[in-house]
Amino acid sequence: MDAFLHQLFSGIATGGIYASVALALVMIYQATHHVNFAQGEMAMLSTYVALTLIQAGVPYWIAFVLTVGASMIVGIGIQWLVLRPLEKAPVLASVGVFIGMLLMFNSVAGWIFSYTLKPFPSPFGEGPPMLNGLFSRHELGSTGVTLLVLTAVWAFFRFTRLGLAMRAAAFNPISSRLVGVPVAKMLALGWGLAAGIGAVAGMMVAPVVFLDPNMMAGVLLYAFAGALLGGITNPLGAVVGGLLVGVIENLGGAYVVGTELKLSMALVIIVVVLVVKPSGLFGKTLASRV
Amino acid sequence: MDTENFLLQVKSLHAGYGPTRVLHGLDFGVVRGGVTALLGANGAGKTTTLRAISGMVRISGEILFDGTPISGLATEAIAARGVAHVPDGRGTFMELSVEENLRLGAYTKRGDPRPDMERMFGYFPKLKQRFRQQAGTLSGGEQQMLAIARALMLHPRLLLLDEPSFGLAPLIVREIFAIMRQIIAAEGTSILVVEQNASLALAIAERAYLLETGRIVMSGLAADIRKDEAVRRSYLGY
Repeated sequence: MDAFLHQLFSGIATGGIYASVALALVMIYQATHHVNFAQGEMAMLSTYVALTLIQAGVPYWIAFVLTVGASMIVGIGIQWLVLRPLEKAPVLASVGVFIGMLLMFNSVAGWIFSYTLKPFPSPFGEGPPMLNGLFSRHELGSTGVTLLVLTAVWAFFRFTRLGLAMRAAAFNPISSRLVGVPVAKMLALGWGLAAGIGAVAGMMVAPVVFLDPNMMAGVLLYAFAGALLGGITNPLGAVVGGLLVGVIENLGGAYVVGTELKLSMALVIIVVVLVVKPSGLFGKTLASRV
Repeated sequence: MDTENFLLQVKSLHAGYGPTRVLHGLDFGVVRGGVTALLGANGAGKTTTLRAISGMVRISGEILFDGTPISGLATEAIAARGVAHVPDGRGTFMELSVEENLRLGAYTKRGDPRPDMERMFGYFPKLKQRFRQQAGTLSGGEQQMLAIARALMLHPRLLLLDEPSFGLAPLIVREIFAIMRQIIAAEGTSILVVEQNASLALAIAERAYLLETGRIVMSGLAADIRKDEAVRRSYLGY
C-alpha cells in the first residue's frame, strides 16, 4: 500500500510539471491555434541559463527569478520577431518554424553546454523523505512551486484587467481591438507567460531527470498528452490532464508496462483521446442561442 | 462640412477587400451630438464604411475625427480616441460572462467600471439579471443590448452601430430602439447608425445618407429623406 501511495504522489509531483508545460501549450494554442513544439526546448534552454547562474555563485532563488524573467523576455521576443511576421502565413509555415526552433534550440544547447548529463540542484535540499516517506523533499517542494505558479496564473487571468484582455484577445481578436485591446501585444505577452511557466517546469524537473539538451523531449510529449486529455481548448483541463498523465505514467510504469515502456503510454493516451473523445475531458462545446 | 458641426468628416473615401473595390469616394459627416444614419441595401458598402472608420480595412481618402486625421491609425488606437464600434454580428465575447464583456468595454478607461455598469443596467435591466451568465447563452436581443452597453462603457465620443436590428424579432427591435432614444437623450453621444431598416433609422436620425453600390446617392435631413418619393418606394416600402 505504501509503495502504491508513493507511486501515486510521485505521479502527482511529475504530473504537476506536465501540467505546467501543458498549460503553456494550451495558452498559445488558444490564442493562435498553433501548438508550439519548441515549448519544451525553450524551457530546457532556460534551465541551462539557471544552471549557469547558479554555478556562477548566484543564490538559487535569485537565479530562479532571473531565469523566469529572462525567459519571459525571450518568449516575447520570439513571438514579436519570428512569429508576428507569419501571422497571415499558412499553418504549415508556422509548424515549420516551430519544428525549426525545436531543432535549433536543441543543437545550440548541445553546442554551448555539451550533451553530457548534468546534475541540477534542488532548492529543497536532500534530507529524508517526508510525510511518512511518501514524498521526497524535492517532490513536495516542486509540487508546491507548481501549484503556486498555476494558482498565480489562474488568478492573473481571472482577476486582472490585463488577464481579461489577454483572454478576450484569444477568443475574439476583432472585438478586442474594437474595445481598444492591443491584440498583437497580448499575443506576445502570452508567449512571455508561457515561456516563464516553461522555465519553472524545466527547473523543477531537472533535479529529477538531470539536465541535458534532450531533457524536455519526454516532458513535452507527456504534456501534450495531458493537454489533449484535458481538452486543448481548456487551460484548467490542461492542468488536470497533465496531473492525470503524471499519475497514469507513474502507476502504469510501476505496475503495468514497466519503466521501459513508460513513454509509449503518452502516445497511447494521445491516440485513445483522439479516437474516443477528441475534445478531451473538459473541452467544452459552447452553448449558444441565436 | 465643417469641424464645428461635424464630429466626423469623411472625404473621398475609397476602400475595399483585396482587389475588390467596395467604396468609390464617399463624402459625408456625422453630426455632433446627434444621430446620423447610413442607409442602403445589402452590399451597398455600409459595413465597409464603418470598418474603414475603425481602421479595419485599407483605405484611401481622408477621415477626420474632431478635425484630426485618424486614417492609418490602428483599430485599437482609434478606439482609445473614443470611437466605439458595435460590429456586424454584435461582436459578443461569447465565452466570457456579461460582466467581463462590460469590463472589456471599459478597457481604455482607468478606474472602477462598476458605476458605469450600474448606469448600463438602468438602460438594460435584463443585463443585470444575466450579469454572471456566459454571454454566448444570451438571446439575440440581449446580445444586442450587451453590445450597445459594452460600447457605451468606453464613454465614446462617437458610437458606430452596425445594423442594431439585424436578425431580431420586430418587438425586440422596437424595444431596443426605444432604449436607444433614451440613451441618445441622456448621453449626448454622436452616433453613426447603419441600417437596412430605413424607417427605423430615419425615425431616430437627424441626418441621413443613402448608399448605393459604394456611392452616396442622396443626403440630407432625415425628415426630408423620409418624405422623398423614390426613397419611400425603394426603402420604406409604402
